[in-house]
Amino acid sequence: MKRTTVALALVASASFSAGALAQAKVQYVPHNYYWVGPYAASGSGIAGGAIDYLEMLNARDGGINGVKFVGDKCETEYNNARGVECYERSKKNGPTGATLIHPLSTGITYSLIEKGTADRIPIVSVGYGRTDASDGRVFPYVFPLITNYWSQNTAKIKFMGQQAGGMDKLKGKKIVNLYHDSAYGKETIPVLDAQAKMYGFQVTHLAVPHPGNEQQAQWLQIRQIQPDWVILRGWGVMNPTAIKAAQRAGYPREKIIGVWWAGAEEDTIPAGDAAKGYIAAAFNVSGTNYPVIQDIMKHVYGKGKGEMDDKSRIGSAYYNRGVVFSIITSEAVRKAQTRFGKGQPMTGEQVRWGLENLVIDDAYLKKLGAAGFMQPLKVSCLDHEGGGAVKFQQWDGKQWKVITDWIPSDQKLVRPMIEASAAQYAKEKGITPRDCSKEK
Amino acid sequence: MLYREAGQFKSTYAEDQQIFPIRQDRFAVALLLAVAFVAVPLFANQYWLSAILTPFLIFALAALGLNILTGYAGQLSLGTAAFMAVGAFMAYNFVLRMPWLGVIPSFILAGLCAAAVGIVFGLPSLRIKGFYLAVATLACQFFVLWAIQRIGWITNYSASGVITAQKIEILGYVFDTPVRKYVLTLAIVAVMALMAKNLMRSETGRAFMAVRDMDVAASVIGIPMMKTKLLAFAISSFYCGVAGALFAYTYLGTVEPEAFTLDLSFRILFMVIIGGVGSILGSFLGAAFITLLPIFLSVLFGGISHATGMEISHAVVSNMELIIFGGLIIFFLIVEPHGLARLWQIAKEKLRLWPFPH
Amino acid sequence: MNVAFFFEVLIGGLLAGVMYSLVALGFVLIYKASGVFNFAQGAMVFLAALTFVSILKMGINFWLALIITLGVMVVLGMSIEKVVLRPLINQPPITLFMATIGLTFVLEGLSQLVWGSQPHGLELGIPDVPMEWLSQKWNINVSQFEVFAAVVAGAMVAGLALFFQYTRIGRALRAVADDHQAAMAVGIPLKHIWAIVWAVAGFVALVAGLMWGARNGVQFALTFIALKALPVLILGGFESVPGAIIGGLIIGASEKLAEVYIGPMVGGGIESWFAYVIALLFLLVRPQGLFGEKIIDRV
Repeated sequence: MKRTTVALALVASASFSAGALAQAKVQYVPHNYYWVGPYAASGSGIAGGAIDYLEMLNARDGGINGVKFVGDKCETEYNNARGVECYERSKKNGPTGATLIHPLSTGITYSLIEKGTADRIPIVSVGYGRTDASDGRVFPYVFPLITNYWSQNTAKIKFMGQQAGGMDKLKGKKIVNLYHDSAYGKETIPVLDAQAKMYGFQVTHLAVPHPGNEQQAQWLQIRQIQPDWVILRGWGVMNPTAIKAAQRAGYPREKIIGVWWAGAEEDTIPAGDAAKGYIAAAFNVSGTNYPVIQDIMKHVYGKGKGEMDDKSRIGSAYYNRGVVFSIITSEAVRKAQTRFGKGQPMTGEQVRWGLENLVIDDAYLKKLGAAGFMQPLKVSCLDHEGGGAVKFQQWDGKQWKVITDWIPSDQKLVRPMIEASAAQYAKEKGITPRDCSKEK
Repeated sequence: MLYREAGQFKSTYAEDQQIFPIRQDRFAVALLLAVAFVAVPLFANQYWLSAILTPFLIFALAALGLNILTGYAGQLSLGTAAFMAVGAFMAYNFVLRMPWLGVIPSFILAGLCAAAVGIVFGLPSLRIKGFYLAVATLACQFFVLWAIQRIGWITNYSASGVITAQKIEILGYVFDTPVRKYVLTLAIVAVMALMAKNLMRSETGRAFMAVRDMDVAASVIGIPMMKTKLLAFAISSFYCGVAGALFAYTYLGTVEPEAFTLDLSFRILFMVIIGGVGSILGSFLGAAFITLLPIFLSVLFGGISHATGMEISHAVVSNMELIIFGGLIIFFLIVEPHGLARLWQIAKEKLRLWPFPH
Repeated sequence: MNVAFFFEVLIGGLLAGVMYSLVALGFVLIYKASGVFNFAQGAMVFLAALTFVSILKMGINFWLALIITLGVMVVLGMSIEKVVLRPLINQPPITLFMATIGLTFVLEGLSQLVWGSQPHGLELGIPDVPMEWLSQKWNINVSQFEVFAAVVAGAMVAGLALFFQYTRIGRALRAVADDHQAAMAVGIPLKHIWAIVWAVAGFVALVAGLMWGARNGVQFALTFIALKALPVLILGGFESVPGAIIGGLIIGASEKLAEVYIGPMVGGGIESWFAYVIALLFLLVRPQGLFGEKIIDRV
């Protein structure tokens, strides 16, 4: 009883401070990430990059046309219920409510889709989330930006084709899809099967039970199959365990191609020397040699602020990914301001428009200081993905070295599947898809 | 003095066998229900309704189910989340494939499916006891989740295995706002809690408690072991199944197997232990404690960093929350091992005499 | 089917089972002496490995770091016994079990609070590569590291068995495990014994942490190892040290064989529950495990 009273008092006080915020001209961005648990390394890295970039904009530019970014951090523990609770707690804060949400978890994204749509707050899932939300006609408030799981998969097959000397050379080859036994892991099975039929390769799907710290049986089976490539669709401890198990089974790591949630320092360093030669996909690069990172070092860490206690993590794959998240956030706000009022805080609905009309080309990237850092983006009402290209990088024992240029995905294969799946969702829910030609 | 029973005479058997024999109890419960059904929807804001009260009710229902099994019948089970998962997924399937059934009958059927699974995995309890049984129920937990992932029919062949719950429409009335979802959840939980309380003071309940206390003696005096234990599993799983269905429909909106991990089973077990083993009220108190505690800690730390203006790295804050959560649980177990319900009982005892000292 | 492959799976499974039993040993020790099912063993393994790796990273020599970490684990074990378990002495086992789950949260948070959340690699000097002569001659891949881990586990089990059988403290531990009151009546200092048990459990956690950390990397998911050890405990019996090893061997082998041969027929991924179902079926035949103490019900 007493606990509840104190809790009520504190919530009241928190809402008082939110009330004070409501007067100022600020853009409220909730930071609902995870800093504990098995994925804490990834979550804290991305959170750090995301928060630092917005801080840098505040310090260097005074925000977006004078509107500074503020935000609260909330621990979701990578748990759906906590993610929903953090969302509910933060969605009304600030003068215009929450700008948008980066759930950083496919499960939480799914849980928030309906709520975000009802509350008119965009749910942005960069490189994860619900793939068929790329069809913006059915999912107006959900943005699986840059690349979704299916596009990435087709790019991977294209990369293998490149390595084999041509897409026709893929016929008769054997590929093993080693996936994490979860919603995230299973997503690419249909698109792989479709490509297997198209190009004539054999694909075997092997499941690794969560959390993935025992893979001996799977790698013994891989040793039997002797595939030409192994796609590692893992997350968390499954990745270094897979690399080590590959070493144990004598499978060359150069033939293992990981997804972009299996391609960070956190995945290779624990595997030690075994990880040399391992290849992974990426939609952002690691490194500190970019003007945008240099600006963060100067304006944020130089002033004694900054999220990362361990400065060596600045420039890591996950940190830079967080920076990409915030580049999207801030540029969407900027775009929204061009239509709805320069120098004014934007509502979630207005930022939705900003996201849907976001165009970041090479020149724009150069202006941001992020040339080569992330790929150019062109979002539209029909296409909530906006990019679709993937780079591949290889671990040399100390860092990731990019080994290809941007490889575009096979939208001819992926788009019809996305539209079919989205149409089915629309039918189940009784949603009439928007008519993009009618909207401005 | 407030809680005096003096002057309340029972003159019929029916009066003697009431669920709430003391007039103050009846008054208090009526008041509580009135507040919950009327005042809260009118005055509570949306955050409280959708992020605190609805999950509290759902977890209280699941804790109730586990309490029936572990608290009253003494069979330790760690598979609660699996039963909730069965309830959630089967409810989705019933609403999907037999929409003419309606939502409430679908929930009931889903609960019955969960009960069936409960009976199957409760069979080992006839041979195994104590911790061995707990670890055996883990087999249920992992197997059910695996089965849901593998059997495509259950998730309607969706690529990722995540399904979204349909709209809740009962007799033409759509339950889509947080207020309506809260009221629906409250109604279901209130009815089932009443049924549970009634069940526990009946012959079945007494049989459960006999099995818990000394099952050899119970079988000696003629209580059928198999029937009783399996019935306990069935009823408990039914409650957990309905809780799971509510979890999907009125709270999260989506159902995925990863939402029903071992972590959730432990959480619900915490609610039962901290609330009070073998007590219906305890399930609610425990659920309130465990639901509110992380939020309270999060708000507290947020408030501290706002007030002092200190820049504490959030990794520190989150880890501190975790440590304090675990620490408080241990502290609570040391201070009051019989749980919050016992505290309430002590309070009631004191209220009988208050303001007199003896 | 291919005989060489079968042996490869079998040997791999046996060796994996040995790794499981390393973790199960910690559980057995504590349950044997104090009747507490210490669910926090997984978190202790993680804390030990993380502390060791972080101290190594500070530039300290391997053996010194080992000793320091051992000291930390011993102190931790003793403080857990004093702060968490002593106040809960006469409580029912389920309360103690829940307390150890609460302890798990505390240890997990503490580890990441003190040492950060970054995963680390751990090199013990033995490369995790197949043994050359075996793979050349018979095309069977057996990892050198796993053989090393098996030897370490075997040595530890032998050491512990000797300790319990032939030393004074070992016998005192067995007495305490049997009957607290009687042990106190004979003059065995209960509190000292418990402190020693938790210290030894901490040591076991350290060895398990080193082996598993070298195998998979030191990161939070190490805490889930405890779940792998539970079927081993059921099979072998909660109070038996040789039971932990034999249970581990059986579980490891059957799990891997099932995954490779039965798995593809049902879509794979059956490892998550197969060990538990095996243990469950076993329990139906022998409710106290292979070497566990028979549960005698008195009315």
